[in-house]
Amino acid sequence: MTAADLLPTIGLEVHMHLKTRTKLFCGCPVRYDARPNSCVCPVCLGMPGVLPVMNGRAVELAVRMALALGCAIPDLAKWDRKHYYYPDLPKNYQISEYDQPLGIGGFLDVETPRGAVRVGITRVHLEEDAGKLMHDERGGNFSVVDLNRTGTPLLEIVSEPDIHGAEDARAYAEALRQLAVYLGVGDCHLQLGQMRFEPNVSLRIGTGPDGKPRYTPISEIKNLNSFRSVERAVVFELARHRQEYVANPAEYTLENLGKETRGWRDDEGVSFLQRSKEEAHDYRYFPEPDLVPFVPDRAWVEAVRATVPELPQGRRRRFISEYGLPEYDAGVLTAERGVADFFEKVAGLVKDPKTASNWMMQDVMRVLNERKAGIADLGMTPEALAELVSLVKQGAINRNKGTEVFGKMLASGKPAGEIVRQDGLAQVADAGAVEAFVDQALAANARTVEDYKGGKKAALGRLMGEAMKASGGKANPQLVREILLRKLGG
Amino acid sequence: MAITDLTACRMREALRRREFSALEAADASLAAIARLDGRVRAFLSVDADGARRRAAGIDKRLAAGEPAGLLAGVPVAVKDNMCTADGQATTCASRILGGWRAPYDAHVVERLAAEGAVVVGKTNLDEFAMGSSTENSAFGATRNPWDLERVPGGSSGGSAAAVAARMVPLALGSDTGGSIRQPAALCGVVGLKPTYGRVSRYGLVAFASSLDQIGPFGRTVADAALLLQATAGHDPRDSTSVPEAVPDYLAALEEPVRPLRIGLPKEFFGAGLDPEVRRVVRDALAAYERLGAQMVEVSLPHSAEYAIAAYYIVATSEASSNLARYDGVHYGRRSSDHADMIDMYMRSRVQGFGDEVKRRVMLGAYALSAGYYEAYYKKALRVRRLIRRDFQDAFKTVDCIMGPTSPTAAFRQGERTADPLAMYLSDVYTVSCNLAAIAGVSVPCGFTRAGLPVGLQIITDVFTEDRLLRIARMYERETAWADRSPPVCEARP
Repeated sequence: MTAADLLPTIGLEVHMHLKTRTKLFCGCPVRYDARPNSCVCPVCLGMPGVLPVMNGRAVELAVRMALALGCAIPDLAKWDRKHYYYPDLPKNYQISEYDQPLGIGGFLDVETPRGAVRVGITRVHLEEDAGKLMHDERGGNFSVVDLNRTGTPLLEIVSEPDIHGAEDARAYAEALRQLAVYLGVGDCHLQLGQMRFEPNVSLRIGTGPDGKPRYTPISEIKNLNSFRSVERAVVFELARHRQEYVANPAEYTLENLGKETRGWRDDEGVSFLQRSKEEAHDYRYFPEPDLVPFVPDRAWVEAVRATVPELPQGRRRRFISEYGLPEYDAGVLTAERGVADFFEKVAGLVKDPKTASNWMMQDVMRVLNERKAGIADLGMTPEALAELVSLVKQGAINRNKGTEVFGKMLASGKPAGEIVRQDGLAQVADAGAVEAFVDQALAANARTVEDYKGGKKAALGRLMGEAMKASGGKANPQLVREILLRKLGG
Repeated sequence: MAITDLTACRMREALRRREFSALEAADASLAAIARLDGRVRAFLSVDADGARRRAAGIDKRLAAGEPAGLLAGVPVAVKDNMCTADGQATTCASRILGGWRAPYDAHVVERLAAEGAVVVGKTNLDEFAMGSSTENSAFGATRNPWDLERVPGGSSGGSAAAVAARMVPLALGSDTGGSIRQPAALCGVVGLKPTYGRVSRYGLVAFASSLDQIGPFGRTVADAALLLQATAGHDPRDSTSVPEAVPDYLAALEEPVRPLRIGLPKEFFGAGLDPEVRRVVRDALAAYERLGAQMVEVSLPHSAEYAIAAYYIVATSEASSNLARYDGVHYGRRSSDHADMIDMYMRSRVQGFGDEVKRRVMLGAYALSAGYYEAYYKKALRVRRLIRRDFQDAFKTVDCIMGPTSPTAAFRQGERTADPLAMYLSDVYTVSCNLAAIAGVSVPCGFTRAGLPVGLQIITDVFTEDRLLRIARMYERETAWADRSPPVCEARP
């Protein structure tokens, strides 16, 4: 076995904040901009005598995500306490789900540069987030804690070790984010810590005498908070494993060394050992006696399933097959649910998906990119855009004037028809009027006419442009072309 | 008759008739505490000003003819493991809470206020309700009003003693494995553990969450019924509290349950039962026979053999988890001499907890450890289901189960402190009720030759407190035990 044959084998644990108004077990608001320790109450402070009450919305969002990932929702899920001492965890236990999570056995199809990859989902479960501990960086011997985040609903999604490269790990993480945002399950702002990643990295080192695959030890890299750091940390870790294994193939195996926990120094781009197998925590899990188990009603599960919209990958494929859109355009239009919904609305109203796609790609997406804004902030309804697209389709204005009107609609908020009327932009399609513009162009560009007659076909374009200019851009281009050709004796 | 000699029900009527004021009732209670509690030591804190202020408020309502609640003007004591936002500390009789003042009221404390009760103070307990004698208090032991050399039982010994010594007519306790019923028996008062889920645990400092339940102490069955009425009911803040309607416990109290089939588990009358207690309990059962009850021998095999073992695994496991939060970081007592964070955790806990709490936290942490969970906690949960089934089977043929509440009458201070196992066996007849999540009451049923009270335990199925109280009352009507007052009340200093 050579180093080149070692197969990267990666699973990802992803944590994401759910989009709820309040925390998981109390009525405190979930906020990211509040004064430290201002969004707290006896319950999330873990004071003596308090009891948790499960946030129904959090459970619903968790189930929605689990369903979207194709998970089964078992007849009974229960809550468990996971014990460890840390000052950001006031009860010194986290309420989580240990052996009976609310979603099991799903998958996510991920687009990678090498094609689609299916990543298995082991489980999806709900738990509470901890607070934030901040250490005095001036060398003092104290730390402070902010408990605003304590008790924020956190969804943990654990993948199968189906990922075989750093790029794919990143693509999987990005696809999960896209999905969660699509579903309205989470906002997933990485800079707010709303999504965090823990890759489990190892290398497959062939098969053992029993025919089962063998691996290098599993490294779990804790608490990565960007896609970039996921990719970098996995690249680093794979290289480290390869090196360790090549140097010591007999010793550096999973059965020898088990699983270790590592941290990641983003500035230096290196991982470091936090805990080896021997130092692994005993979390002393046991069922949370203060909460009743979650026994979902089947009809309720189906109602939640009905709230799962069509997912990005499937929608993308449908846009290609049903609307005949190019692959690239379909990808752009389905990357965000709001954009896809907007597009489909316009396409339906104008009954012409290709033209609607053209407007989305050339006008809407251009403006959004310029403004770095989302579709919700466009300041135009799909109905308003559909009116404009229809005006162009009906020949009331030409396509170029359409873009001009689009800009004016954004600036003024007025409907397309009104702008066309007020600014006199209506297309000139009267044959006599257009003929006059053509005659004007021919008279003023005798040289170009000569060129054309001499065989320079490109001269036709110049003459077209001159005639359009003469019309103030309002002439029907199709008509200009017809009359021009007739007059040139073509 | 002195105000303090009145039962809560009589006092309530007298207050309504304006025979005396709520302020006078509060003052009488405070005077009794001042006179007796130096010897009994039932209270950890007394809020005289607050009590008088609340009583004056009730008087205003009564004078104006406004509704003032089920317990209008009646003094009540609260076990000091229930949170009160009234400025009194909530200590759980532990040093580790360091005089912590709760920023909120427990559900039951809210209910008491809503029903016009006047909370006069907070009562002593075994630290974090762990014990059967109230000797495990960081602030000194409570004494039994019937014999100051003896323990009042525990862990709600302060509440039981306060009611027995007539310092208050009513008190709240909590019962995890017998902590209401056993001290009620040892102090000669009525103490009831409701069905798990009948009373909200919100604001009760957790010992063992799946077993803890708050319940009333009174000198009579009717008084216990009154306090249960005021505190029972669903509370959305406790997911394990049950949205079942609360019946009117007083309305039908005087109606006997007929026919009445009483189950007598042979396991409750076996080895370890003090002969005098056996005799007194047998006499009480004979009284039921005279009332026409039919005695049926039943068997609770799992209860007898495994209840104590299962109980001490479940209770200590949950306790080890519930008490993890006392670490000196966010509130309560923090060590001052630590080297680093881990050292701060360890020293704060070593210095803050008493021996029995440490013992149980260690037992529980061990039982939940990787590799032991299946053998201990999980197995204990299976035993728990079997115990519940034993009772369910029994209740197919009988209306209730009876036996002694405690194998002995009150024991001497210090007698069992060196032998935790002997102390644990004080709860041998009471723990199954908690494991099965059913209701149980201890009613006074006579005295030993030494003048110590003996309790009769009556157990009924879930959410049948109304029948349980009626069955208890049938017997109480035939006796006058509640009229006797303990020697400490007679002795003038």
